Formats: sequence, C-alpha cells, structure tokens
Amino acid sequence: MDNRQVVLKLSDLTMQFGGVVAVDNLNLVLHKNEILGLIGPNGAGKTTAFNCITGVYEPTNGSIEINGEIVIENYPKGKMKEEYKGLNAGKYTKSLVMLPDKITKLGVARTFQNIRLFKGMTVLENVLVAMHMNQEESVFGATFRSRKARREEKAMRAEALELLEKVGLYENRDDLSTSLPYGKQRHLEIARALATHPTILLLDEPAAGMNPQESDELMKFIGEIRDKFDLSILMIEHHMQVIMGICEHIYVLNYGGQIADGTPAEIQSNPAVIEAYLGGDE
Amino acid sequence: MEIKLKNKTKAALSTIAIALFLILIYAADNGMFSGSSWRMFITVIEKGAIFALVAASMNLLNGFTGLFSLGQAGFMLMGAYSYAIFTIPAASHDTVYQYFDGGIIKWSIVEILENKMGIAGHYLGIFLPMIFAGLLVAGVAYLIAIPVLRLKSDYLAIATLGFAEILRAFFQWNTLGPVTNGSNVLRKYTTYESAIFPVIIAGICIAIIFLLINSTYGRAFKAIRDDEIAAEAMGINLFKHKSMSFVISSFFAGISGALLAMFQTTISATPFTTQMTYEILLIVVIGGIGSISGSVIGAFLFTASAEWWLRGLDSGRWLGISSGIMRPGFRKVVFAILIMMIVLFYARGIMGDKEFSWDRFVNWWRSRPGAIKAWPDKLKANSEARKKARTAKAVAKAKAKEDKADSEKKKSSGIPLFTPLPMSDEVIIFDKEGN
Repeated sequence: MDNRQVVLKLSDLTMQFGGVVAVDNLNLVLHKNEILGLIGPNGAGKTTAFNCITGVYEPTNGSIEINGEIVIENYPKGKMKEEYKGLNAGKYTKSLVMLPDKITKLGVARTFQNIRLFKGMTVLENVLVAMHMNQEESVFGATFRSRKARREEKAMRAEALELLEKVGLYENRDDLSTSLPYGKQRHLEIARALATHPTILLLDEPAAGMNPQESDELMKFIGEIRDKFDLSILMIEHHMQVIMGICEHIYVLNYGGQIADGTPAEIQSNPAVIEAYLGGDE
Repeated sequence: MEIKLKNKTKAALSTIAIALFLILIYAADNGMFSGSSWRMFITVIEKGAIFALVAASMNLLNGFTGLFSLGQAGFMLMGAYSYAIFTIPAASHDTVYQYFDGGIIKWSIVEILENKMGIAGHYLGIFLPMIFAGLLVAGVAYLIAIPVLRLKSDYLAIATLGFAEILRAFFQWNTLGPVTNGSNVLRKYTTYESAIFPVIIAGICIAIIFLLINSTYGRAFKAIRDDEIAAEAMGINLFKHKSMSFVISSFFAGISGALLAMFQTTISATPFTTQMTYEILLIVVIGGIGSISGSVIGAFLFTASAEWWLRGLDSGRWLGISSGIMRPGFRKVVFAILIMMIVLFYARGIMGDKEFSWDRFVNWWRSRPGAIKAWPDKLKANSEARKKARTAKAVAKAKAKEDKADSEKKKSSGIPLFTPLPMSDEVIIFDKEGN
C-alpha cells in the first residue's frame, strides 16, 4: 500500500444534474508527488469531477478532503431528496461549500480543457493576475502606489518573470496571450496555475490537439514541474501515450461510475476497461 | 522605425500639454478673448470634463470589469442632490423650499465653514459635500450591488437601469419634499466660480481611475472581464472585486453628479433619465470600450458636437449654408448619422482598448497617411508654381510694354509699320467640300 501523505481524497462524490448522474460515487485518492490519471470516454464525467473539486459545482452527495481536511461536503437536499439516484444517500449530513477562489487559496490550481487565457492581456499579465490573490495591500494603497504596493508589485513581477523563464515563455512575455501558438498557450495556462503557489495541480486534457512530438515534450514538462514545484498532479487525458507514459496510477470512469483503478499495466490489461473505453472489438 | 521617447520627455510633454490647456481655459474664462465662441468653448470644457469623468467611471465598470451596468444617471442624480441639499444658503431656504415651509435642513455647510475659516472654508465647504455625495452614492451602490451583481450581462443592465429609475422616482417623492424639494427644482446653492474647478476635479478623479486600472486590482478586474471562470480559478473573489468596481465607479459618478449640479446651477430629477445613461454609454462606445483616454476624448467630442458645432443645424444656418430643412431637431438627425458612421467605420471606438501615449502619438504623426504627409510639400510646390507663373507674367508684361513703346517710337519716326500675321497656335483648316 502507498504510505505517502494523502493530499486529495474524494469520498462517494456524486454529481447529479436533474435526472442525469454525471459523476457517480467516485472514490479517489491522490498522494503527495503522485501523477494520477483520470480517463474515460467522452461524457464519462471527468471534467465534472474537476469542477466539483475546484468548487465550480456543488456536489450532490459526498465529500472532498484537501490535505486531510474536509473542505466540501454535501448531501441530497430539497428536490434532490426524491430524485437522487446515487449511492450512500444517508451517509453525509453536513453541507459545506466553498467557492472556487477559496479552493485555489487552499493550494489547488487547475487548467481548462478549452484554454481559458485572459485574452486582452499579455503573457506576463496573465501570470501576474494569478498572483493577485496573495496581495496584502488594499485597493486604496494599490491605487495610490503605497510603498508596500510598489514592493509587492516588484516582487510579483520578479517572480512571474522567473516562472516564465522556467516554463520557457520568457521571450514571449510581452506578447498578447492569444497570439501565442497553441502549444505555448497550454504552457502558459500551466504557468498561470503555478503562479497561485499550488500543492495540487489539476490538468484537464493538457495534450488535447497536440501532435506526438508536442505531447512528448509536454510529458517531460509535466514531470519536470512536478519535481521543481513539489506538486501532486491529477490529470485528465485522452492521449493514451501520455497517460501510460507518465501516470503512476490511473482511474477509469464510464457513465459517471468508476470502473477500474490501478497501474498503467493493470489498466491496459483490464477487460472492463478495454470493453468500455478502448472499444469491445479491439 | 518606431520611436521610443524617454520617460522624462514624456513627462515634460504631458506637463506642458496640461499647463497649456489650463492656461487656455483660465484665459478664456477670464474674458481674455472676446467673442461668443470662447464663451461656448468654456461651456463645452466644463460640461465635457464632467461627462468625461462619468464616462470614465462607466468605462471602469463596462469596459474594464465587464459589468454591463446602466445605472450611471441614477447615481449622478443622487450625487447632484446630496451636494445641492447641503449647500443652499440659509437665507434662501424659504424661497427654494417654498412649498415645504423652508425644508428641514436650515443651514449650509459652505456658510458654516466660511464663518469659521473664511475663504478656505468656502472652498472646503464646496469640496466636502462633493466628497460626501460620492461616499453616499458609493454606500447606496454597495447595497444595490448585493442583489444585482448576482446577475450577468443584459440582466444586470436591466436591473441597474431599474434601480436608476427607482432613484429618480424616489427623489421626486413628495413625502421627502422637506429634504429633496419633491418634484420642484433645487437652486441657489453654492457653485464654483471658475471653469478650472471642474476640469481639475475631473482630471484628478480620472487620474485616480487610471491608476486603479493599472494596479493589481485593475488587472483582476480585467481578468474578470476576459473570463470569469478562469479568474475565479485564479483565486479572485468575484463578488468582492465586482462590488469593488461597482462601488468605486458609483463614487465617481456621484462626484460628477455634484459637479453637474454646480454647472447647471439648478437641479431637478427630471433630466436624469435613461436617455442620459445612453448618452454616457454613447461616449464610452465612441471613445472605445476599455480606454479611459478614449472616454475623455469621446466626452469632449460629444459635448462639443451636441452643444456647439452642430447647433447651427437647428437654427437654419450652418457653416454658411442656409436651408429649409435645418429646423429644430435636424441636428439630432445629423448626429445620429455621424454616430452610425463611427460605429460602422470605427467599430471599436476612436481609441479601441488602447490608451493615449506620447510614443504612439509621435509614431502616428510620422506615419500619418500619405495624403496628409504630402500636404506641406504640395503646398510648397503650389506656391512655387504660383510664384513662377507670377514672375513669367511680370516678364511678359514688361516685354509687351517695351514692344509697345518700341512700336510707338517707330510710328512716330514715320517708318512704315510692318504688321505681322497674328500669332496663333491654331491652324484653321477649311473644309474642302464646303467651299
């Protein structure tokens, strides 16, 4: 058994929209410095699970623990009481919600499936925005450029430039974020996530739309940032090459439910996975 | 080649431009130039400055935070009233509040401070109620923000528009008459004496908005505008930042309302309709959504066109053209066409989302279109051509004179005249068959 520290734990996580159960009773454990893969066919509920972890959605049932502390917990209420189709209906009694910005402050950063950069801003500004949440100076001091505000801004810029250098975007720092080539936009999204000083990084299809060479580079890059920034990474990915090459442990979802978990070798030979995900006739 | 100016040069240029502008206003305001145009110029500068401030505040909300809000006129109204109410001289209360037994408030801050501090008190007495107007509006805006900022885009616009209308109705409410004078006008309150005052106050406020936008908070606002979900995922508290932007914007709208009250010298709730909000929105759109300097330029252009340059279209004579169709209201037709042209050809406004910078100005000046650039050369060439023509003419004239004198001399000396054939370039060819 893995005896590393558990940084993220989902227990019985269920998300139901009306009559559709998007995530059904997901139990997942992410250990420190682990790279975990979350795979499944389209519509399996992977991104919904991400949205629950980051506070975008309020889960219908279940709990989410970050660094050993329950930060999100919910149980079916109101209309959902009758409509609820998931398991463990009576298990949770508390309702604890947290907005995305609070989750980010707890050290969970994410990237998005369809790149969501700040379009009107330069590469450097995109990273600086992510550092805003750690600013201590009030809006008044920041407007009138108090000594503290100037010091903070200077430190922020230095750190942002350092970060851009680490991810290889230093030359592009003054370009408009949308003018970057696709692969670099992905890198920038990751850089921006790193700027929030995360301990857990959630990557939503980082290799989407990349050619084999680019995704090879990305694999290396993800491994590097894990070591450089001491991260635990949970990633959704469709590129089997990337997932099998980099992940230590893989969870497989289908129709919201969890159908298997194990090492890449185990997953590759799991008949349920082959049938559900890779196709029955292969 | 792009030119990059030094920071010192830019600062010097800005200082000179501002100083010249203020001197011009001061001179025009003190009657150093004669003519009704200069009077008009002052009016446009005053009103333009006030509208520049409110447009900048609206741009902070609409252009930088991405909140489509249409409550600006309501907030201006509130600012105007709260300024006017506290500055009506005690002696004038009976005449102003004639239907409400002289009102409840029987004093004026200006007078109280004047008695204590003299002339400094007078200005402080104008300044304090103005700040108070801003703060009051900001407070009310915060209360409105709590329910309203849950809404997005068009819904937010409608909700804020509704609140602005409620504010207008509220200030006309007869029960509040002893304070707001009901639906009657407020007048005789203290106003500024010099056109410099609104220009400087508006300038300072716009500078503050500009500084805010370029701080880390401004970056957070822009992030919310570009992508709310991503901004939230970057740890930006949406409600905190949206309400911050809303409250700050309302504060400056309140200040501009107070300035407008001073400019107009009488104030009533009737003109602060949604139409006024649309005018402010128009200024923002013409200037460029997301550009403070664009809003300022737009405000002055709009005011100048509406109050001055297109006035003649209503009175039958414009730019020396007289026409029967130039009847009252025709100005608005022309104005509407102009706005349509701007929206069609400058879809992103005069400045887009860029700010004015000396660098860009200098580079623009160097790379201005060929026609404009060729102007001076063309003028020079023209004048040279004319000069040449003139000298040639003079030479010809002198020669003709000489010839004439010569022939006279010959005539008088009795030598028979030789009459040469008339010199002509044209050769007349007679038609063979005709004759």
